[in-house]
Amino acid sequence: MKRVAGIAAAAVLVVLAASPAHAEAEHSCTVPAYLLATENPLPKIAEAFKARAPMRVLVVGSRSSALSGPDGTARSYPARFEVALRNRLPGIEISVTTDLHPKETAADVAGKLEKIAGEQHPTLVVWQTGTVDAMRAIDPDDFRTALDDGIATLQKAGADVILMNLQYSPRMETVLAASPYLDTMRVVTQERSVPLFDRFSIMRAWSEAGDFDLFAQARTIGVAARVHDCIGRALAKLVIEASHINPADLGVR
Amino acid sequence: MTTVIAPEPDSKTAQPDVKAPPLPVVAGERELRLDLFRGLALWLIFVDHLPPNILTWFTIRNYGFSDATEIFIFISGYTAAFVYSRAMEERGFIVAGARIFKRIWQIYVAHIFLFMIYLAEISYIATSFENPLYSEEMGILDFLKHPDITIVQAMLLKFKPVNMDVLPLYIVLMLFLPATIWLMRRKPDLTLVLSLAIYALTWELDLALPAYPNGVWVFNPFAWQFLFVFGAWCALGGAKRMARILASRITLGLSIAYLVFAFYVTLTWHVPQLHGYLPRWLESWMYPINKTDLDVLRFAHFLALAMVTVRFLRKDWPGLKSPWLRPLILCGQHSLEIFCLGVFLAFAGHFLLVETAGGAGLHFVISMTGIVIMSCTAWLLSWYKVEASKGGKRPIAAASADMIGSSP
Repeated sequence: MKRVAGIAAAAVLVVLAASPAHAEAEHSCTVPAYLLATENPLPKIAEAFKARAPMRVLVVGSRSSALSGPDGTARSYPARFEVALRNRLPGIEISVTTDLHPKETAADVAGKLEKIAGEQHPTLVVWQTGTVDAMRAIDPDDFRTALDDGIATLQKAGADVILMNLQYSPRMETVLAASPYLDTMRVVTQERSVPLFDRFSIMRAWSEAGDFDLFAQARTIGVAARVHDCIGRALAKLVIEASHINPADLGVR
Repeated sequence: MTTVIAPEPDSKTAQPDVKAPPLPVVAGERELRLDLFRGLALWLIFVDHLPPNILTWFTIRNYGFSDATEIFIFISGYTAAFVYSRAMEERGFIVAGARIFKRIWQIYVAHIFLFMIYLAEISYIATSFENPLYSEEMGILDFLKHPDITIVQAMLLKFKPVNMDVLPLYIVLMLFLPATIWLMRRKPDLTLVLSLAIYALTWELDLALPAYPNGVWVFNPFAWQFLFVFGAWCALGGAKRMARILASRITLGLSIAYLVFAFYVTLTWHVPQLHGYLPRWLESWMYPINKTDLDVLRFAHFLALAMVTVRFLRKDWPGLKSPWLRPLILCGQHSLEIFCLGVFLAFAGHFLLVETAGGAGLHFVISMTGIVIMSCTAWLLSWYKVEASKGGKRPIAAASADMIGSSP
């Protein structure tokens, strides 16, 4: 066994020596096009765009929709998304508010959505969910029902919906079984015809492309803030893509 | 009493049965195909337990509904029934039952051992890893703050971390094995029907075993027992009686058609562009394909796979003796040890990947190294078994029954 372990260690060292050192690359964080392609529309956003009406976006999420620290809110993805969307759609009034429900499952949040949507009348709700359910190993069937109910409630309240799935957290893979929840979210978004912001695959693509080192530990907010910035921009891209609006139309007027 | 097991277990007479029934084993002769596929299942489980990499694309779960778990449980049912029903015939119910319980104890100890390794790794991550990006996900490690509860729940098999669900399932299945074999030696078809009834009731009544801290067992024993008992049924004569069905062209056609269909559906998971070509009504009927309760689609997929395999891979295929398949077969012959080693190696490989932030190259090397280590260990175990039996102090006939097919 010792010898075998020795061989394994040697093999590992060889590979380490052969592969180029991981340089902290400039983060470009491009997202592969297929991860942002969707056939599911955002009719309310498209309408608002056509009428040049204000867009009210509501992000409903858990802890991973926020960053801690004094400037955490400004650097978290909802704020970055707001900036990115404003940059892309100049002249349209855009507001993004965040409604955090830490430690609540999809079912917990789904029960509150009617009230939330009734108070705020959002044009679009970005529902970031699945993490708490995965951590508590909620039955995927129950999770699915909660998603179904939640989306139906939001649609009935007249809002577009985007579902956002879990973060890619390679360090946590041995503890956190994400795949049943990722699968469920993919299926539900297909069935309900709402776009999925596949945060998991997008972050994994960044990790594999070397844009971010998601394995490394970090005591400061630096990497996390840059990841959130990229998520915010990718989300803005998805909104424009899914609603089939052409920002160039704004320039014509 | 339609067992295929001949009363004289040591007769090496490979029956010159020209029509060679597809599955049943002639007494005293090892069915290498079982070892081969169990070895393959062990390799696939190991690869699937590592984070996704190139090798993951070679695992069957990407090409259909079922995966290595089905192969593993079916073959375990098959071999366990084969070995212990022979023991029951020779030594009686009590002795065979005792032997099964000894085996259960070994599996339980193996499970607890793996849990200790897991705990060590997780504790390390919990104290060493810090990243504001993952402050939410880190919350899952909170269970470490309550070792009093966590450890007891693990010993009760209620707290089962990721990748540690198969052995507890196997323990429960083995607990009911003595009664299953006892009944199956008398009324094989009735046993199968009873098992099917429990399977159906599971779906109807939502039977499940509770897990800690919440939820249910990832592999629901009430559902998965059907595959295990079906394996046992095949071993004790069922396969022989199904020979005509197995040999029919219609069965083959249906199996292949279903495999192609399943392949297409799985393809839509990986190639989102294809998604539009799947009718919505089919989707809503089909999804979710439930692994916890062994979805009928998964079971059917395994059946189709087995049918096609048995049809095209004859048991007298000379390739089974080739040195190239030797590592697989050896792994299949020591499945409990190799399974545990695989889980451990998956933990270790994962740890290494995380700590070195290794890329695809290292990933591939870790997967391959793991498979080589598993094969070498299996070879070592075989070598030791042969050496130990050379001492000739005691007849190995009794011991070998345990060693041979009974491991998970």
